[in-house]
Formats: sequence, structure tokens, C-alpha cells
Amino acid sequence: MIALAPPPHAPPSDAVALAPVLRRRRSAVLPGFWPSAAVTSLVVTTMVILPLTVLVFRAAALGPAGFVAAAWTARARAAYGVSLSAAVIAAVASSFLGLVVAWVLARIEFPGRRLLDALVDVPLALPTAVAGLVYSALYVKNGWLGQWLVPVGIHGAYSFLGIVLVLVFVSLPFAVRVVQPVIESLDRDTEEAARILGATRWQTFFRVVLPALAPAVVTGFALSLARALGEYGSVVFISGNMPFRTEIAPVLIVARLEEFAYAEATAIAVVLLALSVTLLVVINVLQQRLAASGH
Amino acid sequence: MSIHVRDVSKAFGSFRALDRVSLEIADGALVALLGPSGSGKTTLLRVIAGLEQPDSGTITEDGTDVTDRHARARGVGFVFQHYALFRHMSVFENVAFGLRIRRVARAEVTRRVDELLRLVRLEGLGGRRPAQLSGGQRQRVALARALAIRPRILLLDEPFGALDAKVRVELRQWLRRLHDEIGMTSVFVTHDQEEAFELADEVVVMNQGRIEQRGAPDEVFDRPATPFVMDFLGTVNLFHGRIENGRAFWHGIPIPVAGSAGVAGPRAARVYLRPHELDIHRSGSATDGASLSAEVLRIAPGGAVTRVACRPAGADEPVQVDLPSDRARDLGLRPGETVRITPRTARVFPVDHDYVI
Repeated sequence: MIALAPPPHAPPSDAVALAPVLRRRRSAVLPGFWPSAAVTSLVVTTMVILPLTVLVFRAAALGPAGFVAAAWTARARAAYGVSLSAAVIAAVASSFLGLVVAWVLARIEFPGRRLLDALVDVPLALPTAVAGLVYSALYVKNGWLGQWLVPVGIHGAYSFLGIVLVLVFVSLPFAVRVVQPVIESLDRDTEEAARILGATRWQTFFRVVLPALAPAVVTGFALSLARALGEYGSVVFISGNMPFRTEIAPVLIVARLEEFAYAEATAIAVVLLALSVTLLVVINVLQQRLAASGH
Repeated sequence: MSIHVRDVSKAFGSFRALDRVSLEIADGALVALLGPSGSGKTTLLRVIAGLEQPDSGTITEDGTDVTDRHARARGVGFVFQHYALFRHMSVFENVAFGLRIRRVARAEVTRRVDELLRLVRLEGLGGRRPAQLSGGQRQRVALARALAIRPRILLLDEPFGALDAKVRVELRQWLRRLHDEIGMTSVFVTHDQEEAFELADEVVVMNQGRIEQRGAPDEVFDRPATPFVMDFLGTVNLFHGRIENGRAFWHGIPIPVAGSAGVAGPRAARVYLRPHELDIHRSGSATDGASLSAEVLRIAPGGAVTRVACRPAGADEPVQVDLPSDRARDLGLRPGETVRITPRTARVFPVDHDYVI
């Protein structure tokens, strides 16, 4: 290869450009630090921290032995298992489907695209109980889909599969809406650059496009998972709520409440809360790792 | 590798981006596609790259028809205007991308990327992310990435458009040296005539999807083939005048006409005067009938030339005159005073020669 003589000097404007500019104080559009800090902490305290504190205190009234007895029964453990596995499967499915739907909406022009785009948000507005009822009506033995699926052994109603189906329904909007703007903002030139360097469509997608989307996909996964873990209304109508098999933790909490066993209900709620917080923290860390690797 | 573009047309909806363009580019040439935005220069570059399929016409490389061959199979290097670096990859991985796709052995990839980073003077920065680099450095990463696959044709779309003026001039000279060392056929798009003239062996001036003129820089500048080229390449003073017996008449004074073929008189014509082809004298020194009385409007000093705006007596439009700065100093012009201006030469195009900028 060729060794070219170095130029007289490296472009001087190159080196200085990055750091100091960011530190310059700007005048903000909204009021300054103290008012915004006050509003933020007031909102977070009254809306989030206070209710959760009450929850933990109510559960603490049981004492350690009482807490374990209430929150760690065989039925409760099975319910956590169903909740967690259904939510994870649904969040994975939502992330994948959300990526596909977001890609289609962002990249492909077709008649009815705007209508489809608007329909994506419907699960957010629809009472989820309605979704549960409709899904179970579809998948029961004589339902529109059930009449074909039940004979071949696919039970979409009163089953684990049913739980996953409605959880995908309620969490899909999050997965789509987080990824879609990122796809829209992708630099199309980088895809052409990859192609011209010899990459096939798939190589371009997996090596260039997907890494750029990864942080958004992970965020969409986290939101979907959080949404799915907390869902109650739709699941209660489709799962059949069979203890040990299709009973999710929120349904068990309501069952306890109906027995006026408030402390036991809060104990289960605390476990569910700890589970959700742990998962979200783990995902957050993962996401920061991804972000640190160049986004 | 030589490139032969034959009768290529390309439309986007009702917009004709390329209109039966034919162009031959010799092996090892450095060619500039020069024109205003919308002239089709970038589309032509993308058609040569295989990023755009022409509606009709053919592209051959060294005599092989590659019109239907996809960009990824053409093995050309392409440098995008805004670099199009892979943000999630390090500088090293960006440059290595084409080699990894080709499953080049690991050790060979390392060797070749290090060599390229040295070539573009970014040794030691392989671990950085593109976001941590300046514009000039990113441009050089993009260039190294394009060169990694050893293309026999290098295509550059407005390669210096997004850079500071100073960095731009340095990179331009550096790219010229790089081209001379590697000797591959290179085509770049620009709307900056200075860039085209400084860098290219051959300049192709485009307008409205067609090639207006092609030739060596001095040839295009000194003998513009069309009014468009005349107008596009630098400032001109344009007047409606007459042509008769090989001389143009402007406000009644004759001007020698420089090479504009096919203009027979007497007839109406557009008269083009480049600012540096006009001279200014003190009122008393005019001896013949070949000078006009004019009022000095503004004087703008520059480096080598001083730009003087004057209004000839009886004219509405001012005339731009570029004087060597020494001469301007000797004259000691003042705004508002009356001087005489003499055109040394002019270019003339018949009025019916239709064009739009």
C-alpha cells in the first residue's frame, strides 16, 4: 500500500469541537431548577412512592413468618410463575411483532396505512375487560376461530395461551410506538453504504439496522413486560383462573381481597412489585450497556 | 476501470432527473460532475454506482454491461455526502465492514484496516466511535471504508459539502494526492466550481438532467459552450446587445468577441463580460472610442482582486469589474466619481439560445 506524506497539520478545528460546547449554560424555556424539582418530587411522591409505602407497611403488619405464610403458598408461587412466564413470553412476542408492525408503518407506503397506524393505539383506549371477553368469545369451542382451532388441540380460551394472547394485545402498542420513530429517523444512507460494501439484505438488516434499533426494542420490551405483569382486566375473563394452572398473581390478589384477607393480598402484591422492579432494573442496566456502545 | 454511460434516462415521477445522458470516463481519470442542485449530477453518480436503476440506457465498465448488476455486485467505492457511518460500530469496524462481509481472514482484516487508517491519517483512532470524531475525520473514515474493498471505481457525492472551508481545502488537496497514488477512476459530485477546477482532470457541467459541456477545467472556463456554462462558472455581467462583423456592440462601443462559434451578425445577442476582463481608467486617459463613461458605486477590497461596482452612463444595471488590487490602489478610486471602463473581450450567444438556471 501507499504511504502518503502527512499533511502540514491535522485540521485544528477537529480537536476542540466536542467537549466544552456542551457545558455552556443556556437559558431554559421552562422555569429553572427549583420549581421543576419541586413539581417532580411532589408528583413522584404522592403518585408513586406514597401508595407503595402504604402497601409495604400493610404487608409488614404480618410479621416475617406471617408474610411468608401469606405470600409464599404453593398457590401463590404457581401464580407468580404463571404471571412471570406469560408476561415474558408476551413481551417477547410483542417486541418482535412490534418491530415488524413499526417497520411496515414507518417504511412502506400502502393504502390504509394511516388507518392501520391509528388502530395500533386501540388497545390503549379499549377497556381491557372487553378485550378479554372478545378474545374468549373468539377462541371458545364454538367461536369464530375456536371452531377450527379447538379440534386440532389449540385452546385459545381458558388456557395459558389465552393469557399470552391478551397480554400481547394490551402490550403491543408500547412495542410499536417506541420503535417506530427510531425507524423513521434511521439514516437510509447507512443501509445503502452497507449494500454497496457487499452486504445482502439480511446482512444489512442484522448488522446495520437492528443494532441501531436495539435500544428502542429493549425499551419497548421493558414497557410491554411491565404492562403485561400488571394486567388484570383482560386476563380474568380469558384465563379461566384455575389455581396452579391459569391463575395469575393479580387475580389471586383480588381473590384474597374478596375473602377480606387484606394483609395476605398486600403480601402477594409486594412480591409482585419486587419482581417487577427487579426486572425493570435489570433491563435498564442492559439498555445502558447498549447505549454506551455507541448510540 | 473505464466507465461508459450510454443514453441513460431516469425520471422520478414527472421529474426528469437524467435525460439521455452519455458520458465516457477514461481509466484512472478524476472527473467532477458539476452543476446546480436538481441538475441530475447526484442521480448520475448513483446510477453509475448501481444504487439507482436507469429507466433506459446502459452502463458499461471496461466494456462489460453492468446496467442490471446490483450495487453490491459492482465493487465500487462510494462516499456519501453525510458520511453514512455505522454509528454503533467503532472506526475500525466501520472500515472493516466490507472485508468482514467478504469473510476475509481475521489477521488480514486487521492488517488491511490498520494500513487504511494510516493512509487516511487516523492511526490510533480505530477504537473511537464516529460520534467522537470531527467532520473531517468522519469523512476520512468514510473514505477508508470505501477503499477497503479495493474498488476500481471511487464515487464521491459532495464529499466536502458538510465541512468547514479550511478543512475542505486541505482534504481536497489530500484527495488529489491520494487519487494520483492509487490511480483508480474517481468521479465526484459538486456544486462548487472552485472545487471542481482544483481537483478534477475533467469537468462535466450538468443542467436539467443533461450534460452542457465537458472538458478540462481551463477549456470549460475559457470556452464555455453554452450561456448556462458561462453563467454558472463564476460571476458574469450580462447585457443584451448586438453582434456585427465579429464584434459585439455594447452601449455603442465595439468589443472583440472571444471564441463563440456559430454567431454570425448582424443580429441581437447576449453579451457576457467576465468582471476580470474589464478595465478601469481615469476619465482623462480614454483615448479611443472603446470605453464607456461610468460612475463608481462601491469598492470592495479583497486579496488579489478588488471588486468595483460601476454604473455606465445611461444604463440601469451596474457592472462588476475585478481589478488587480495593485492597480486599484494606484487608481485610488472613490465612490461617486466618474471613470471610463474598457471591455477587453466578450462572449456572445445568440438571443434565441434558450436556457434556464
